[in-house]
Amino acid sequence: MKTLLKGGRVIDPANGIDGEHDVLIDGDRIARVGRDLPVNGARVVEIPASLVVCPGFIDMHVHLREPGQEHKETVATGTASAVAGGFTAVACMPNTAPVNDNANVTSLILAKAAEAALARVYPIGAVSKGSKGELLADIAELKEAGCVAITDDGHPVSTALLLRRALEYAGMFGMPVIEHCEDPSLKGDGVAHEGFHASSLGLRGIPGAAEALGAERGILLSELTGSAFHVAHMSARASLRAVRKGKETGVRVTCEVAPHHFTLTDEALGTPIPYDTNVKMNPPLREVADRDAMLAGIADGTVDVIATDHAPHHYDEKNVEFDRAPFGIVGLETAVALSIDRLVHAGLIRLPRLVELLSTNPARILRVPGGSLTEGALADVTIIAPDLRVRVQASAMRSRSKNTPFDGWELRGGVAATVVGGRTLYVNPDAPVGI
Amino acid sequence: MTTASTDIDRQPAVTALRHKDLLGIVDLAPDEIALVLNTAEAMKEVGTRPIKKVPALRGKTVVNLFFEPSTRTRTSFEIAEKRLSADTLNIAIGTSSVVKGETLADTALNLEAMAPDMIVLRHSSSGACHLLSRICRSAIINAGDGMHEHPTQALLDAFTIRERKKQLKGLKVAIIGDLLHSRVLRSNIHLLTKMGAHVWVCGPPTLIPTDIRKFGVTATSSIDEAVEDADVVMLLRIQLERMEGAYFPSLREYFRVFGMTETRLRLAKPDVMIMHPGPMNRGVEIASEVADGPYSVILDQVANGVAVRMAVLYLLAGGAEHEDAA
Repeated sequence: MKTLLKGGRVIDPANGIDGEHDVLIDGDRIARVGRDLPVNGARVVEIPASLVVCPGFIDMHVHLREPGQEHKETVATGTASAVAGGFTAVACMPNTAPVNDNANVTSLILAKAAEAALARVYPIGAVSKGSKGELLADIAELKEAGCVAITDDGHPVSTALLLRRALEYAGMFGMPVIEHCEDPSLKGDGVAHEGFHASSLGLRGIPGAAEALGAERGILLSELTGSAFHVAHMSARASLRAVRKGKETGVRVTCEVAPHHFTLTDEALGTPIPYDTNVKMNPPLREVADRDAMLAGIADGTVDVIATDHAPHHYDEKNVEFDRAPFGIVGLETAVALSIDRLVHAGLIRLPRLVELLSTNPARILRVPGGSLTEGALADVTIIAPDLRVRVQASAMRSRSKNTPFDGWELRGGVAATVVGGRTLYVNPDAPVGI
Repeated sequence: MTTASTDIDRQPAVTALRHKDLLGIVDLAPDEIALVLNTAEAMKEVGTRPIKKVPALRGKTVVNLFFEPSTRTRTSFEIAEKRLSADTLNIAIGTSSVVKGETLADTALNLEAMAPDMIVLRHSSSGACHLLSRICRSAIINAGDGMHEHPTQALLDAFTIRERKKQLKGLKVAIIGDLLHSRVLRSNIHLLTKMGAHVWVCGPPTLIPTDIRKFGVTATSSIDEAVEDADVVMLLRIQLERMEGAYFPSLREYFRVFGMTETRLRLAKPDVMIMHPGPMNRGVEIASEVADGPYSVILDQVANGVAVRMAVLYLLAGGAEHEDAA
């Protein structure tokens, strides 16, 4: 079964393609990309000139919550949310119950993903057994079962020594260590960015330095070990500075930024809804200078990846006092619209750079298939509608949880269709494409 | 002395509060603050009568919902409610039982189902009263939420200052102690700066909130600088457990650097007022000689608390409009 995506702008940074091209899909693979490809009996899908065909987007920081917290999300609802958000693949964090620190948990997640048959799922294993920060998890076993990276996300790796060992050991398998950068003593019982707004609202603060210390630690250890180190959900300008300096000196460090950290600031703690628990996440929304630094890092190339840190929580868990609410928001179904609106239409970057951030780079860092439209590659394709007017509607989200601060936001840019392995799994009714 | 601000101070342009709730001083305009203070003057007179009761809130139900231990504030509210003839109900819930039991939102919904007119809330979480306000039609009065605000305390402090100094505008008010964890501080900063006072805040740098200067105050860790020529010196309680957080080495050392002593007090204006929201740690933030000395108005604050809370309850219940309707 062949499908020919005819016309439309094709952007594939990995192959240096940006222009009007056709994409021929044969079964679950990309067969050819080129101008005016012959039909040869393929089903022809006319792509309007307003749409852009990209290699499938990959969100390398997602909490699918299964096993153990299925009231928040499951592999099935999380991957449904992913394809609705334009993501053909997600990498899921190991802080499930039980923790993904062994092949049984990894296999369960992959079996659930196969059953759902929506977005691809690349599990990330734990650095330490139970993510307790004491003994290394069986990393070779995790790798063999299908894990693509390791992290103790939710918390930083407990000690510099254990992080060093993890970098050395995982480096043997070419797996990056992804770090939730945070000095636990500086974070303390903080619930919001330490600054004017937290002071005003009487909320305990978390300084940017808490994150930057963690980033600096990891970068130094990456330099020491020569292994790949990835800074998760970066939010503080001092962390960006550390990453930039590390890259300049040849350290194998990469980093990701979440859409909420390049759109919102800590002003959202007090307005429009004071103490809205949907603006509580860790790392917290930071001050304007930090938000602007994230934008600058995205524009100048220091930031490698946009990842959502999709963190679903049940309504009941969020409908409590601010300091008792869990950290995190959902992000899969708003990331593309926020990125196009706030980065591309704001004039900070062009679409090819956006595709690098959402597809090319996460595939490269995690060493997973995808991230390009190379002939013979998996036919994972995201078609975006950069000028589509979208209105975020939390109640219509496919994620099991609706904890988003972006409900009601009107944005320019959206997803038209999501194709995984040649199968069309999502078509936006507002941007009809006959795929 | 008459200035525009003094006019607002004494003769408010409004006769009612603009919000259904009192969540924080931050939401009040200067004329609303003046209205509460003026109303409190009338209420104070009620407390001097042989029969200390007026029918203003007859038929109104007020729930005092206290999730934190409190003697002074809860008693003060209860007396205020009774003097206004409200039907009052006290619910004291240990924070520990809430961990096991129902959520604040459910507690609020259950109370709301019984249609009280007002809920007075004391809670250890900043913003708890905002959560309640979103759920309840009842008027919510914040009796202290976490480290956020304690608006009736700031109002009674202002009332006490105004009684002595006639106006707030132009006064130098020094607030000294644990600024970081203090809701009294935040409410007082909002109130005093709105009314034109010069606010100085003083404490060890470890206990000064980030970006405090953006509130329009002068911050210093020199107690002499803070007290010099002050019209009002307000001490804040130092909680004993703060030593464990390494905010300062010992209570002894705290008193050495920041304790309010008679010697330090000589730097202030001759008619300085010494205030403390209580409960006091004698010999930590304040020497007993100062607490019990001639400049102390600490017990006046307590007495005025009843009048100010009567004013707040009365105004939130609709004030004169309600009485006309009745």
